[in-house]
Amino acid sequence: MVTFIVVRLIPGDPCKAFLGERATEAKCDAFRERYGLNDSIPVQFVRYLQNLAHGDLGLSIKTSQPVVDVIAQRLPMTVELAVGAMLFSTIGGVALGLISALRRNSAIDVMTMVIANIGVSMPVFWLGLMLAYLFALILKDTPFYIPPSARLTSGISIIPLAKYWGLENLEGLSKFVVSFLSNSVIFNSLIRADWKMLKDALWHLILPSIAVGTIPLAVIARMTRSSLLEVLGLDYIRTARAKGLVEPKVISRHAFRNALIPIVTIIGLETGALLSGAVLTETVFALPGVGTQLVTAIEARDYAVVQGFTIIIALVFVVVNLIVDLSYAYLDPRIRLD
Amino acid sequence: MSSVEASTVPTLSAEAIFERQSPGVEALKRLARHRSARVGFIILFSLILIAIFADVIAPFSYREVLRGVTRRDTPCVHLFGCPEGESEHLMGIDSNRRDLFSRIIYGSRLSLQIGLSTITFAIVLGGLIGAAAGYTGGWVDNILMRIMDVLMAFPSLLLAIFIVTVLGPGLINALLAIGFISIPIYARLIRATILSVKELDYVSASRALGASPIRLLFTRILPNALTPLIVRGTLGIATAILDAAALSFLGLGAQNPTPEWGLMLGQEKGSIFNAPHLVFFPGLAIMLTVLSFNLIGDGLRDALDPRLRGKAA
Repeated sequence: MVTFIVVRLIPGDPCKAFLGERATEAKCDAFRERYGLNDSIPVQFVRYLQNLAHGDLGLSIKTSQPVVDVIAQRLPMTVELAVGAMLFSTIGGVALGLISALRRNSAIDVMTMVIANIGVSMPVFWLGLMLAYLFALILKDTPFYIPPSARLTSGISIIPLAKYWGLENLEGLSKFVVSFLSNSVIFNSLIRADWKMLKDALWHLILPSIAVGTIPLAVIARMTRSSLLEVLGLDYIRTARAKGLVEPKVISRHAFRNALIPIVTIIGLETGALLSGAVLTETVFALPGVGTQLVTAIEARDYAVVQGFTIIIALVFVVVNLIVDLSYAYLDPRIRLD
Repeated sequence: MSSVEASTVPTLSAEAIFERQSPGVEALKRLARHRSARVGFIILFSLILIAIFADVIAPFSYREVLRGVTRRDTPCVHLFGCPEGESEHLMGIDSNRRDLFSRIIYGSRLSLQIGLSTITFAIVLGGLIGAAAGYTGGWVDNILMRIMDVLMAFPSLLLAIFIVTVLGPGLINALLAIGFISIPIYARLIRATILSVKELDYVSASRALGASPIRLLFTRILPNALTPLIVRGTLGIATAILDAAALSFLGLGAQNPTPEWGLMLGQEKGSIFNAPHLVFFPGLAIMLTVLSFNLIGDGLRDALDPRLRGKAA
């Protein structure tokens, strides 16, 4: 609802934005009629809610495509990027945090915390540009060369799964799902066992993932370190050591598991940073994801697209944090889900 | 601050226990001993000096289009073998033939102003909302806090992008948006403080003596929120500067020729492969500024933590 109201508040007439400044009133009226912009705002809102319940997010004013189709086209890229970044930040962050907590005040610890401090202070887009420069230009003729932009090397393009499976006449939800999977380059190539494309897709994903994942990595590393240090100072850890458990077992079974809740919480909260980071980084790496589309849609006052995307992004954020909440019960048996 | 607690600290002599300093002085001392906070303060003080003396330091104006220079020229520093005859450009020339070094120097003014103004805005508004919610309670509390929850359900930068679209691009609007998205943090903080102390005896005593609600709020209740507010505020400045840079990067914030670091980065992002210095220096400036506030914030948190009182940092 907030999305709906805020988007309508954007000053400017969508008609003028699409038909040009010199569009006649008659043409504008026909245009408004077509997209239902003539009715009062409450009427528009109720109609929007009705459609939303049916999984219909409206038509893009700019391309006349259903917004759901645009989402199926753009969201997979952003999800792939966010997952890549999340893997990078979680694995890297937990590992770094673990090492620095166990080797407290060692050179590694100090280094990690210095890097973590610098990491949280860097603008995502700057890091992306610097990485692109380093890996695509300075390391151009070495095996470490990584391409700086686009989803796939030109010449390689995806084959729609609908065609591959011979399912051309799908409707509704199944159409959305197939289209979504098909536009996820990684999934698409996996299904068709196209290893060359898979390799290319992963290769192109490396730099953006590192760029987006660095800030969350720094935050996760700091949280892991402080959370583990706190647990390691507790009495039952001393008990575990006193009864003769070997150190790796003390860490993995007794300390780490109890330190996990704050870590998992922060990973959930960092999804917000990942999604914002993805918006900024897609612009830098010219990736066809939600972020690039959102920016163009805002500029073009494409209400339906902006709304649809914001709803989807907020939804992803909420769902991830719900999963985080649910995982508490698994991590700490004292917490029961009622 | 009992003597029992102090006596467990071996570094304190018997006299020291009797001559305990005020908590404020003690916190300042701890802050001065905090290693990363010290680094943060050094960076911040240099930045403030640069901002104050920008007119003296910068060799050119930030909007002056230079003659006789090449677009996107690499830095020319006399010390590193640049011919003496050429004029010196420490960080090179940008795409509009302006001296990048001068623009970065002037940018420090803007950056510090951005950080301070947005967070002041957020603290004042957030404080009012939090105070109203916590002090009155009931349905006012419910409505205000649900609104804050809705604001927090969006990833903050996306919400800021959204607000700027409503208001139209521009530096002031970007600042309003960033201030606005920071409100819930402070509202929650103030509300939590008020709820935790509002029913305590010393507040009731003050009320019984006839203190007005306003007086109660400002002299009895809100001082308790000062410590977390200072810490959150300092870290908030860091985030605000980053977000402002991001909005300008997307073209939604400051507009040309304002010397805003994020804007400079956004405009030159296409030159990354042929003139990387144009991207490198503005980003470095943003990073150092944000880093200084982050370090000071961490130092403040450690220094003001009552659990650490009396211990060496």
